[in-house]
Amino acid sequence: MNLADYATANGLTQVGVRPKFGEYLKQVWQRRDFAFIMSLYASESANARSRLGGWWLVLVPSLQAFTYGLIFGLILGSLRPANFIPFLITGVFLFSFFSGSFSAGAKAITSNSGLLKTLSFPRILLPLSAVIREFINFIPQLAILAIVMLVFGQEISWEWLYLIPITFLMFLFSTGLAMISARLTVRIQDLNKLVPFITRLMFYSSGIFFEIERIFADYPELLAIATLNPVHAFISLARGALVNDLQMSPVLWIVATAWSVGTFLFGVFYFWRAEARYGRD
Amino acid sequence: MVATESSKKPVIVLDDVHVTYQVFGTGKKANKVKGKSLSRTRMREVHAVKGVSLVIHEGETLGIVGSNGSGKSSLMRAIAGLFPATGGSVYALGKPMMLGVGAALLPNLSGDKNILLGGLAMGYSKKEITQASESIIDFSGLRDFIDLPMRTYSQGMSARLRFSIAATKKHDILIIDEALAVGDRQFRLKAESRIRQMRQEAGTVLLVSHNMKSIQDTCNRVIWLEKGVLLMDGNPKEVCDAYIAAMEKGDTD
Repeated sequence: MNLADYATANGLTQVGVRPKFGEYLKQVWQRRDFAFIMSLYASESANARSRLGGWWLVLVPSLQAFTYGLIFGLILGSLRPANFIPFLITGVFLFSFFSGSFSAGAKAITSNSGLLKTLSFPRILLPLSAVIREFINFIPQLAILAIVMLVFGQEISWEWLYLIPITFLMFLFSTGLAMISARLTVRIQDLNKLVPFITRLMFYSSGIFFEIERIFADYPELLAIATLNPVHAFISLARGALVNDLQMSPVLWIVATAWSVGTFLFGVFYFWRAEARYGRD
Repeated sequence: MVATESSKKPVIVLDDVHVTYQVFGTGKKANKVKGKSLSRTRMREVHAVKGVSLVIHEGETLGIVGSNGSGKSSLMRAIAGLFPATGGSVYALGKPMMLGVGAALLPNLSGDKNILLGGLAMGYSKKEITQASESIIDFSGLRDFIDLPMRTYSQGMSARLRFSIAATKKHDILIIDEALAVGDRQFRLKAESRIRQMRQEAGTVLLVSHNMKSIQDTCNRVIWLEKGVLLMDGNPKEVCDAYIAAMEKGDTD
């Protein structure tokens, strides 16, 4: 009798093999409290030692928006979009959620080797928790966003509630992206170095401080490509919901939904495929 | 050949287990090798466990000895499923658990928040950990400090809290990797007796230690691992004596 037969004859099961996809999702669901508390506490812990504490969560993107507003507001001159401050703040705040999730997701596995070495849980909880943490940080920014809208003369309306589905789609997209990048950076750690550049590229191509429709007006092909950019779609939809004169384009709803659902489903599947290989280094 | 005809019930079966790591070398030495491309030579493979076969039975407390870098921890991680074997297979009844929760804790947060976090990390439900919380605090003896951030704890104090969280959960198969040396003498005795109690509850314990006394005190079987190979397997005194003799002669290097 060989060892494998002996083991199975005695009711033993193999350790360290990837569970089936359905079983995996079930385990993830069972451990959801862990992912959530880990996110909440990590967020709390991150600012625990600074004097302004949690206020930094809104101060950092506000300062960013102020800097960009000052510089690009001057450079753009007459190309400046109408309602520039609400336009810009919406862009900067939503983008900061996306870029935060992306960079935290890319490090989710590689920076947690201690956890991987001692505790067993579905590894996908790490990128998931990284994005939940960014989302928790994003909630106070939404409140500031609402205040800025009111201060700069935007009228409160039911349309603002569209932010809920928009944020949800953005969360799905960011989670999917976090899972993909978490797995990629395990194999090739060097990719972590590229994350800031990809983020920068996204920043300048998503129309944070300009209207892509105006800048690319003479280049229909470029405009078509830029319209397919999911980050631009989220931001543009949010502006349509918040800023009075702007509309939410149905095309962008389709773009945003397709990217979000597609990236999320692919991300979960892609991450699961390598489940037995995380934490090797 | 590993004996499989024993009447005792097996709980862990290792079938020709290999563990290899791929690491990037510094590049300097490897690059001197001629005829190989840079990218290929920089990737090095470390063969930490080289074909270990073993059957561990119910009720056994298995000690694992071996010099630093002999593959003990790698083997334990393969058994716990944390770092799956790269070759061969590990079979187990239930889910072997590693005693250790330190990596999940956050130094900026209070002791009681870390109890919740650590408990969830180990697979407790929120309800279970809330119920166990009081006994964890009592066992750690840190009641007066439990609402202070963990970074304000001394090393011994955080070790106590970590051990108390980790040792609360019931495990079928428990792996203890060098965890006995925690806190002051009083707490160490408490920890040792807790581990003995866990052993009775768990049925099977794997203990990695460099402390031959604690190995001989607690184990009823010892294996000696050296350079990733199983060198000896037998009763604690024999194996420990052989290991000590070899270490003193220094002939394993």
